[in-house]
Amino acid sequence: MSDSEEPQQKTVIGIAFGNSNSSIAFTSLDGKAEVIANEEGDRQIPSVLSYVGDEEYHGAQAKSQLIRNPKNTIAYFRDFLGKSFADIDPTNAHSSAHPIQHETGVAFSVEEKTDAEPSTLTVSEVTTRHIKRLQESAADFLGKPIDGCVITVPTDFSEAQRKLLSEASKASGLEVLQIIHEPVASLLAYTAREETSHPVDKTVLVLDIGGTRTDAAVIASRGGMFTLLATQHDYELGGRQFDDALVDHFSKEFIKKHKTDPRENERSLAKLKLECEATKKTLSLSTSAQISIESLAGGFDFHSTVNRLRFDLLSKKLVDQIVGLVESVVNKAGMDLTDINEVILAGGTSHTPKIASRIQQLFPSNTAVQAPATNPNALNPSELSARGAAIQASLIAEFEAEDIEQSTHPAVTVTPHLPKPIGVAIHSPEGDEGKAEDKVYVFLDAETAVPARRTATFVGTQVGGDVLIRIVEAKRESVDVTPPKEVKEKTNGTDEDDDDDEEEEEERVIKRVTEVEKVIAEALLKDVKKGQKVEVMLNVAGDLTLTITARVIGGKGGIRGTVPGRAQ
Amino acid sequence: MNVVATKHTLLPAEPEWPHEGGFHILEHLSEPTHRNLEPVGPHYLAHARRKRHHRTFSEDDRIVAAQQAKNVEDADPGEISEPEDAMLLSRDPKDWKNQDHYAVLGISKYRWKATDEQIKRAHRKKVLKHHPDKKAAAGGVDDDNFFKCIQKAMEILTDPVKRRQYDSVDEFADVDPPSRKAKGNIYKLWNPVFDSESRFSKKKPVPRFGDDKSTKAEVEEFYNFWYNFDSWRTFEYLDEDVPDDNENRDQKRHVERKNKAARAKRKTEDTARLRKIVDDALAMDVRLQKFRKEEKLQKDAKKIAREAEEKRLAEEAKKKAEEDARRKEEEEAVLKASKADAKKAKEAAKNAAKKNKRVLRKGAEDANYFHADGAAPPDVISNVLADVELLITKLDNEELDVVAKKLAGLKVSDEIKSVLVDSIRGTVSKGSTAEGDFKVLLK
Ligand SMILES: Nc1ncnc2c1ncn2[C@@H]1O[C@H](COP(=O)(O)OP(=O)(O)O)[C@@H](O)[C@H]1O
Ligand SMILES: [Mg+2]
Repeated sequence: MSDSEEPQQKTVIGIAFGNSNSSIAFTSLDGKAEVIANEEGDRQIPSVLSYVGDEEYHGAQAKSQLIRNPKNTIAYFRDFLGKSFADIDPTNAHSSAHPIQHETGVAFSVEEKTDAEPSTLTVSEVTTRHIKRLQESAADFLGKPIDGCVITVPTDFSEAQRKLLSEASKASGLEVLQIIHEPVASLLAYTAREETSHPVDKTVLVLDIGGTRTDAAVIASRGGMFTLLATQHDYELGGRQFDDALVDHFSKEFIKKHKTDPRENERSLAKLKLECEATKKTLSLSTSAQISIESLAGGFDFHSTVNRLRFDLLSKKLVDQIVGLVESVVNKAGMDLTDINEVILAGGTSHTPKIASRIQQLFPSNTAVQAPATNPNALNPSELSARGAAIQASLIAEFEAEDIEQSTHPAVTVTPHLPKPIGVAIHSPEGDEGKAEDKVYVFLDAETAVPARRTATFVGTQVGGDVLIRIVEAKRESVDVTPPKEVKEKTNGTDEDDDDDEEEEEERVIKRVTEVEKVIAEALLKDVKKGQKVEVMLNVAGDLTLTITARVIGGKGGIRGTVPGRAQ
Repeated sequence: MNVVATKHTLLPAEPEWPHEGGFHILEHLSEPTHRNLEPVGPHYLAHARRKRHHRTFSEDDRIVAAQQAKNVEDADPGEISEPEDAMLLSRDPKDWKNQDHYAVLGISKYRWKATDEQIKRAHRKKVLKHHPDKKAAAGGVDDDNFFKCIQKAMEILTDPVKRRQYDSVDEFADVDPPSRKAKGNIYKLWNPVFDSESRFSKKKPVPRFGDDKSTKAEVEEFYNFWYNFDSWRTFEYLDEDVPDDNENRDQKRHVERKNKAARAKRKTEDTARLRKIVDDALAMDVRLQKFRKEEKLQKDAKKIAREAEEKRLAEEAKKKAEEDARRKEEEEAVLKASKADAKKAKEAAKNAAKKNKRVLRKGAEDANYFHADGAAPPDVISNVLADVELLITKLDNEELDVVAKKLAGLKVSDEIKSVLVDSIRGTVSKGSTAEGDFKVLLK
């Protein structure tokens, strides 16, 4: 190795530890995050371990053992970590090694070695083995040992679960620098790409549709800092349900032909499931896909095709549920769909075109939906968590453990956030014309962590003269801006006509506008000449003291005022 | 520092800014919410650096700070409160059509009112508890019957179409209407019935039966709504199973036709059933009688008021007529009296004039007709009297009176004569006589 030439640098990676798949990523010297393929060339490495003879299989190899050797194949174990047996849902592990109760937690019983008693592997032990394999793949790829990692977990992972994960990783020889939230990692993956030192303030919804669950989170991104505002989870909705839609579809076809239900035989079902998953993935790229399984059931082969339209129909109910989850999380955040500036689709299932298009339909057209089907520049939804983790890992690679501990301490993370947007009243057209126009330019949006500061310039006034800088707390209101219906020619409106009118009820066009809620202070800037620009800076201190500084650009006038926080 | 260049225009200031120093405070900023920043990304790390300032936070600080932070994850929804009885747990999943899907998920008290969220949570709880793999792992029997019941309940209750079909025939959600003879508070009797029936309404909101404070308009709207009830209730759930094999096409078609007819029949029956409920409610609805009574009372009251008014008007008219008559009578009497008075006065005046005339004549007589000595010769008397008579005719009653009064008590002939002569001159100067008319007195 070329240690002597380069300054000693720690090699750190990001790990997305998923219930179905895991990914490993690193940040290259030019600061770009990249997902690493393992020896088999997989970037999505199934979180599966399988014991065959004396061998331990990992990833895709292990997953394929679900057909032949399900009892000694451990899959979907992540969510069991740190949970009591009573609290786990064993459904996903039904076609693999079944979870069993072990002391206070959960374990699996598998035949690790030929001619030996089955051994009981706790979820922690399985996790250790899984991370060990991931670490080996990363070290192999990077050509050097890994010094540490950042791991992503869902937002509902408890403190106890994080602790066990950390210990499990350490037991595999890999130090965990930090455990971070999956949706936050996904957001970081996108934010880091923006290549600006001043990220735009926005409210983002991260919708992570994985293999076994769907997680939605509303995150405020303010000045490059992220705050979770609301989360919602559906533990019974994920890629597997989409697979099942195809499984049922093809099973019916198979029954028609061969009078045998492939779902009734475990091995047939396992085969069909795996193939349906592959078919489903193909449908994300092309509009039709083939399925071909030798000796599926009763000795019959199965060959068929399915097109995307059919698949969309079969999975409509599932997509409806996803839409429902999105609406529910936005609602939980106390927001309106129009308040969401960007939707990031994460997780493998987010490759599904129909999901992306339904989400795009749900939101106003100016809400960016980051998914392959709606934005050609979108990142690979399967890689977001790992990339975010890798970026974070590179940021803290050189930190001492104590430093990280202190930086993530609640005394530092728990921060006062503004409950209302703060801005300056702006001139907008009078009357109806101005009804749907913003009345306030927002400097600091609601949910901005303080202290915070923003600066903006304005065109003084239209005519010149004294300028009033009115600092306000704002609110957002929905204004109906549906263009007035063209008055139809009077018909002798029969009942039928009336019904028609009701049904084709026109799409209402709603615009969100910022309005003044409460005036905080006013400042006067004298003698601003027509066309002169005014620069205004609002600064909110940690104790909610507001300082305003305004000046005429290229002029002499200036004013500064302070509104003390309530506590003072 | 990052400066955003906007195209917005600021507000113009009022000509007279009333506050000193160019800055005026009206309010404080609203109280902040304490939230957890995600300790991720370069901007956060910069924040942490600033906030820490070489300080080290202790375990106590952690607890204090963590308590302040708003939690975004849901707390555990808690145990399902409904007990699971042995009957329920031993249900045969094949008999799913007769299964109480709400009871299976432990939400039988919510039924059609259960939200999707409630159903999801309830299902999850049941899965955690009853998953057959767990029972098997715990050494129990491999019995997944109840689990199948749970899955079936979930399948039906999360599919909007299937859920409606089940809710359509969910007898546990029905509230039996009271019999027509039922006694008691009709609002307590009927509100639950209609609240339950309202689940089938396509139109929302559904008017409630209400109470004794409901207005007539509300009650009318209620019956109007319920007599025109637009129901989504369907009866597919009670369909006979259609044979699934392709062999028996005719049989299949036959069952389908039968099912269709049965659905239509049930729907008709249901419409009639609801109609009867509304009829019964209407028949028992004391408010309608109350409204009728009130209306009658109102009508009566109006009539009474009208009659009273009429009476009052009649009385007023009568009074006025009487008054008029009285006044007329009075006026007439006054007129009559004044006429009589005038007559009397006239008579008196006449008498007075007579008397006065006599005084004048007597005056002449008393003055011996202004003859110096001895009895006045007849021609003198005649001339004097002629003059006096002429004067008398030329004087009106008042003048007569004046002259008479002047004469009263006068005995001296010359004095009498001068009075008469004065009076004659008066008449001459008025032009009513001429000097020559008088024969002697002016000589
Ligand atoms: N191209 C694709 N199209 C549709 N589904 C996909 C595609 N790629 C992966 N998936 C599905 O995504 C799911 C796995 O997503 P992932 O985010 O890796 O899961 P998890 O978070 O559970 O580990 C699987 O159900 C898989 O079939
Ligand atoms: Mg995931």
